[in-house]
Amino acid sequence: MRARSEPAAALWRRVVVGAMGVVVLALVWELYKLLGPADGVLVGTTTVLPRTTDLAMPHLWVMGGRVLEPVNGASAALPMWLVVLQASLFTLGIAAVGWLVGVAVGLALALVMQRFRAAESAILPWIILSQTVPLIAIAPLVRRWGAQIHLGEFTWENWMSVALIASYLAFFPVSVGALRGLSSPDANHVDLMRCYAAGWWKTLWRLRLPASVGYLLPALGLAAASAVIGTVVAEVSIALRGGIGRLIVEYAGAAGGDPGKPWAPIFGSVLVGLVAAGFVGLIGVVLRRFRRGEVAV
Amino acid sequence: MKHSTQWLGSLGATVAVTALVLTGCSAGGGTGTSSAEPANGGGGGELTPVTLQLQWVAQAQFAGYYAAVDQGFYEDEGLDVTIAEGGPDIVPQDVLASGDVDYAISWVPKVLGSIEQGANITDVAQIFERSATTQISFKNKNISSSADLKGKNVGSWGFGNEWELFAGMQKSGIEVGDINLVQQAFDMTGFLSGDIDAAQAMTYNEYAQVLETVNPDTGKLYQPEELNVIDWNDEGTAMLQDAIWANSDRLASDKDYADTTVKFIKASIRGWSFAAANPQEAADIVTANGSTLGQSHQLWMTNEVNKLIWPSTNGVGLIDEDAWANTVEIAKNTKNETGATIISNDPPDTAYSNEYVQKALDELTDEGVDVKGADYEPVEVTLNEGGN
Repeated sequence: MRARSEPAAALWRRVVVGAMGVVVLALVWELYKLLGPADGVLVGTTTVLPRTTDLAMPHLWVMGGRVLEPVNGASAALPMWLVVLQASLFTLGIAAVGWLVGVAVGLALALVMQRFRAAESAILPWIILSQTVPLIAIAPLVRRWGAQIHLGEFTWENWMSVALIASYLAFFPVSVGALRGLSSPDANHVDLMRCYAAGWWKTLWRLRLPASVGYLLPALGLAAASAVIGTVVAEVSIALRGGIGRLIVEYAGAAGGDPGKPWAPIFGSVLVGLVAAGFVGLIGVVLRRFRRGEVAV
Repeated sequence: MKHSTQWLGSLGATVAVTALVLTGCSAGGGTGTSSAEPANGGGGGELTPVTLQLQWVAQAQFAGYYAAVDQGFYEDEGLDVTIAEGGPDIVPQDVLASGDVDYAISWVPKVLGSIEQGANITDVAQIFERSATTQISFKNKNISSSADLKGKNVGSWGFGNEWELFAGMQKSGIEVGDINLVQQAFDMTGFLSGDIDAAQAMTYNEYAQVLETVNPDTGKLYQPEELNVIDWNDEGTAMLQDAIWANSDRLASDKDYADTTVKFIKASIRGWSFAAANPQEAADIVTANGSTLGQSHQLWMTNEVNKLIWPSTNGVGLIDEDAWANTVEIAKNTKNETGATIISNDPPDTAYSNEYVQKALDELTDEGVDVKGADYEPVEVTLNEGGN
């Protein structure tokens, strides 16, 4: 109900507060750069606050200006913002595939666990254990396992390995959140469905799924964030051409001579994260009538 | 009834939005994967498909292979070569040993360790005769030989890139404990900000990165005169770097693969010969293949890599037995910071072979190709700020 009845003024206030947050962050950056010690703040020999040199912390306008310039001196070079935008779309696409697969797998697992108690005790520990496997760290292995797959016309592409890693991170919050959501209806509501002689499917459709939305939405948000992080890190790991991760690898070397350059793909990954979060927000708007008593997972 | 239709409507909208995102993705995914394939001159007859695994992303370090694809040298030999780029966590010799690719580019010391652990692969052409690894420092630090590293903050990337440094120190009687070993990142900011006194630098890459940076004291780019360079070739602890590796089992059992190996080496040497004669064109080819390095940096890298190959003492790719023995010796006797050595026993005889490269060199010589480049002259490259 909350989202629907929000007056325009309140929406504006949220936009302004959001923009203020960015401005404050920018001010803190520039103020620290202006006032902070050039060698950073040290406790003993450990640096707790970074150096303020132009190398370590370029001015925001250096980063901004670099984005408008071409990537390099080649005559056919595209402007940096366009290259980063293209890479962001590529990364967003892989993250979306990973997210979709992760959400589908997570929901399926949650349904199975809700339906069969035995499945819950059998699967849930493994789901939790699965997140202790550093799949991101073995991205090249996943790529190589994938490269062995040839099914007729279908060949496993490198981007699919990255999407797989993204989905591996994304399914976890969904399965746990959905399971809690599906089990959340009060016992008297479940009993009522039983009185109506409604079967499991009908109970699921009429009661459990609508009740799970409040649990599911935050889980979908977490899954989106995990999918984006998983995608970028896996892209870095195998230097997948086309994505933000590849740009991070390639531009790192320019940190000395062209300090604004390595920041461009970082802004790109922020953009991807924002779009992903916005997309999940959109799902929330679509499902707003079910968001009663939203709970954070 | 009203209740459930709305629920369905919401679901439908969600699916529609999701489908939209998916469409965007498949378009993005498509362009990305196809651009990784090199241009393939068209289906002229029966070309043998060959995949080469690089040890890093596209850059002029591999200019010869990209030039050989671009100029059709591989195609002339009947090969359809696909170049697979490397990345931070991709180990070319492992990819080769597991059979995913036909050939791989990697450093000898890195592969020796893999061979001892069971990788059955063979150095069939030692493309780089000289080592490009150096340890650089600002003049005021007074570090001009490995003996001067004592008590200094010494940078190293680790992961098998540190052995020449450790061998050089060991030769000068300096223990790993006598220096403060600093983990170096992909960029040179640690060196430029003074955290690292002597930083590891490849002549073709990181050294140039420093020379592309403005010295805040002078307002001009750093100059070579401001730097001391410890060159492991001069210190006598250089190890063999970029070589073409092939699968030993297939070399022994598969006659076609052995023939393909000769052809692959032959066309690759042609590619490097092209890069020596046309460094600017070779650099442009690498850029056209997706490298985002700046123009002057790319040309610098092409030129420096050429210097590692040309002039060639015995013919490009021929493995010098003394140099090989030296690399093995260092690999056996140099201890890193954990006390480990790369290998504990001599590598098997299959670790290198001059059979294929010799055949390739003979054929090239018959065809009038200069495989030694005795009169090779590097070009003068002016680096611009940021390498652009």
